Amino acid sequence: MTKRRALIIGGSAGSLDVLLKVLPELNPNVQFPIIVVVHRKQGMDSLLTDLLSYRTVLKVKEAEEKEPILNGNIYIAPSDYHLLIERDFTFSLDYSEKVNYSRPSIDVTFQSAAEAYHDGLVCLLLSGSNADGVNGLITNNLFGGISLAQEPSSAQVSYMPEQAILRTNVNILKIEEMPAYINSIS
Amino acid sequence: MPYSGAISDEQTEILINDVLEHHGYDFTGYSRASLKRRISRLYNLDKHLSFAEFRYKTLNDAVYFKHFVEGITVNVTEMFRDPSFYKVLREHILPSLNTYPFIRIWLAGCSTGEEVYSMAILLEELNLLNKSLIYATDINPSVLEKAGQGMFPLSQMKSYSENYIAAGGKRDFSSYYSANYSLAKFDPDLKNKMIFSTHNLVSDHSFNEFQLILCRNVLIYFDRSLQFNVLQLFDQSLENLCYLALGSKETIEFSPISSRYKRVGTEKIWRKTST
Repeated sequence: MTKRRALIIGGSAGSLDVLLKVLPELNPNVQFPIIVVVHRKQGMDSLLTDLLSYRTVLKVKEAEEKEPILNGNIYIAPSDYHLLIERDFTFSLDYSEKVNYSRPSIDVTFQSAAEAYHDGLVCLLLSGSNADGVNGLITNNLFGGISLAQEPSSAQVSYMPEQAILRTNVNILKIEEMPAYINSIS
Repeated sequence: MPYSGAISDEQTEILINDVLEHHGYDFTGYSRASLKRRISRLYNLDKHLSFAEFRYKTLNDAVYFKHFVEGITVNVTEMFRDPSFYKVLREHILPSLNTYPFIRIWLAGCSTGEEVYSMAILLEELNLLNKSLIYATDINPSVLEKAGQGMFPLSQMKSYSENYIAAGGKRDFSSYYSANYSLAKFDPDLKNKMIFSTHNLVSDHSFNEFQLILCRNVLIYFDRSLQFNVLQLFDQSLENLCYLALGSKETIEFSPISSRYKRVGTEKIWRKTST
């Protein structure tokens, strides 16, 4: 059985700039879904989706509950809900307690995705000022997925990728290396 | 594949089956990713020594089982959450119900009651509370006990007051409660028109006919087929030309009842247009 792939990008403060640089460079016929979980203020959902869709030919949309996850789409986690992945590769939303003071929490999405995609999952953690996502990378590594972190010196806020490097095994990528890396995932 | 502190898929199914057979609570239609995460969370929070011990207590200890149900269901809520939604209730939906001699409202999945008190405040300010009755139901008896007390953390009042104002509230929000140590105790008069009762959306039937049904951020935890069943239960419980309101990421689209409903504005509110 061919493994099912997905890329999940998590980030907080300073991650939007990276997304705006990387997403336009992605191969237009990318063969896996890209799921973006970024911390932000409540109620700015359509703004972020619009902003990103201007920069890429890939379809950008907010992840909706029970929606089947399709290759080649970029899904944005809605603000103020946790985003989880079901075993049948559909999304679930969850309005439970914040994790790491965050909802959506990157840990929650990384962890549930690792259980669904196993070694097909690639997780990339970007700039940010807390350690949300690091536990998710640890789980991803346990399930055989690939874990990536932004090179801290290239990050507007280096704490989040630094914590990833400190606490688990990650490949470190500069911003300019990310598009080629992602385009080479097969 | 197991990892530290997590419950496996198989163990999740064992617990779901136990709880159905021994306690009659049916979680088989709940979305698994979220439910499994809640069960793992509870397992870690309660520091169980083994899955066997966790399973044994859930099966045989009635007090623990109550705690289990409260722990695996999500009870996060706030007053006037999504102020734009409450603004539409205040300005359009509730005034249009004024033509009824008596207004019955069902708040399904009311949790600790923050939405119930928000609703009572709106009705009071519209001079509709006297002829209204709010039926507030939840699967958990323990959250209903809290809801009945009408006391919420004082630390939340600043944010609730901002929500209230954003939802069109004109009064001083603090006039609705009195500070009692770390708690805000809400005006007991608001409580006169509330009825709290356990109700399980999965297994219990329609129990009245309503002019407004609110069920926000409950359906997201259910799989499609259970969502459709619950929407049909709401449909059976809603008077014609009256309103159904869901959470901001929930919809009745694609469901068997959608053809009889018309969306009202941009909030997640639908009006029943035929029976």
